[in-house]
Amino acid sequence: MAEAVRYRRERIDRGIKARSDTIYTLASYRDMLYLLLPRILPVAMLLCLPLLLGGSYWGKVIFYACIFALLALSWDFMASVGLVSLGQALFFGIGSYVAGGLNFYLKWPMFLTIPAATLGGALICTILLVPVVRLRGVYFSMVTLILPLLFAHLIETLEILGGTYGLLSLTPFPNHWLAVYIAILAVMLVLFGFRKLINEDFGLVLRGIRDDDRVVMAGGINIYWYKAQAIFIASAVGCFAGALMTHYYQFVGRSAFALDYTILPLAGAVVGGPGSFAGATLGTFILVPLSEALRALGGLRMALYGIILIGALAVLPEGIFHYIERKYHQVERDIGI
Amino acid sequence: MPDEIILKVEQLTKRFGGVTAVDQISFQLRKGEFLGVIGPNGSGKTTLINLISGFVKPTSGKIAYRDKDITGKAPYTIACLGISRSFQMVRTFHKLPAFKNLIVPLYSPRVKKFGGGKYGERDDIAIDLLDDLGFERDSAVPYKMAGSLPHGYLKRLDLARCMALRPDLLILDELFSGMAMSEVAATLPVIEKFNREGLTIVMAEHRLKELFRVANRVIVLNFGQKIADGTPKEAMNREEVQKAYLGTEVEG
Repeated sequence: MAEAVRYRRERIDRGIKARSDTIYTLASYRDMLYLLLPRILPVAMLLCLPLLLGGSYWGKVIFYACIFALLALSWDFMASVGLVSLGQALFFGIGSYVAGGLNFYLKWPMFLTIPAATLGGALICTILLVPVVRLRGVYFSMVTLILPLLFAHLIETLEILGGTYGLLSLTPFPNHWLAVYIAILAVMLVLFGFRKLINEDFGLVLRGIRDDDRVVMAGGINIYWYKAQAIFIASAVGCFAGALMTHYYQFVGRSAFALDYTILPLAGAVVGGPGSFAGATLGTFILVPLSEALRALGGLRMALYGIILIGALAVLPEGIFHYIERKYHQVERDIGI
Repeated sequence: MPDEIILKVEQLTKRFGGVTAVDQISFQLRKGEFLGVIGPNGSGKTTLINLISGFVKPTSGKIAYRDKDITGKAPYTIACLGISRSFQMVRTFHKLPAFKNLIVPLYSPRVKKFGGGKYGERDDIAIDLLDDLGFERDSAVPYKMAGSLPHGYLKRLDLARCMALRPDLLILDELFSGMAMSEVAATLPVIEKFNREGLTIVMAEHRLKELFRVANRVIVLNFGQKIADGTPKEAMNREEVQKAYLGTEVEG
């Protein structure tokens, strides 16, 4: 009787030196390619996509994906300080209204309103959130969830800033390409910037606050000041996304504070894999086109979208990016036993 | 001034609802002293440490550090003045490599003031500090995730974190709890050395034999009250101490 050959799958980590964070001695072109490929490939793809799709409907989807990717990056940055935000819509809305207001009432040109909305909006958001920076966990999340709703209702009932009609006919981008490439460059800048910042000493302090804020305090560091700085950085990114969208739509209304701008980036970050920034970007670049593709289904769209989300979380709870990263760094082979 | 008073605690009281965890405690600490704080479980040792380091606000009383009132100040303000404390329960940044745990205190305004600390240098200082406490620099141990290290290493990591702040007053909350005998034997001389180099140390401890080897003065707490203060021998010979704390051990 022939004995059945059974196999066991063996996983081996690839050469550790090429993966080290501190040692940069690379032996060969192969090692260099091994490190560079996962960085250059997405960048090149992102830069080429608008050229392939042009000004079509799907060309616009890339722009939306970039906006949501910025919001997801902003969420991921706050999460890596232990501040779980449910209010990316606050950053988005404040940025939108600051840019829209400056353009509508004061007739500021676009190249002034966007930087002003980024910095000024971030300052407003930080001032709004500093009083609750002492709250931890779900209590902080609750406040961030309430604030955008509060602003939407304030604008509606007090009829300020255009009320329910919003501010119309704002300065548009000269062309579609400029808007798309500004958005794409911003995503890359924020993505690689955050990945670098979080490994600097400043970033280590922020990660320390997430792990155990009492130890950080015992280390002589004012955690509230560092949390405020983190909120400023995250909200600047969110406000920038809002300002960009305002000028792209040439319109800003209450919908800038809508729950969509909270939930979709959050879902993107969770599906992609939180904590790495690349995961959040990848997640939104999957979810936003998916949600657009499902638009044809009409009423069933949200239901199907929900099922896909639950499915993704059930199959890959660590996130898509962490799964791909792990597979990339491992060699698998079957060995007979 | 060798006899400079570094810490002055006056009538310190902390009530948690109906429980008086620390009751009217007063003592003074001179520079260079090695003070042991002992007492049975729940006698208020940790609360006293939390009060001094600012993690808990006192109900009444006053704490002065180098003639400066620090009562009710924030923990990070007190830490930056030079009071560094360890935690009884292990608290580390589990998701960071062991030596990166020390970057946080090294990044504080207090240590930045001492100069140095450009990029890269902080890593070197962290490795040096850990090397002194038995994390051999040539081994993989300092580079491992803190969450994957055994308990004894984590306790020493906590001590290294305290020393990274370059403290003038070191407060250790049951450093030796959960450490193996060999680890205690290796750590004790290091702490003794710190003290000989002029560091003032307060140490709450249950391991009396080891504590009495290094401490030149102890205060004994029971139900939040100070029941004895003096050299270890004096304190242990007091009747109320033996009754409250060591009664069964001494008689039985």
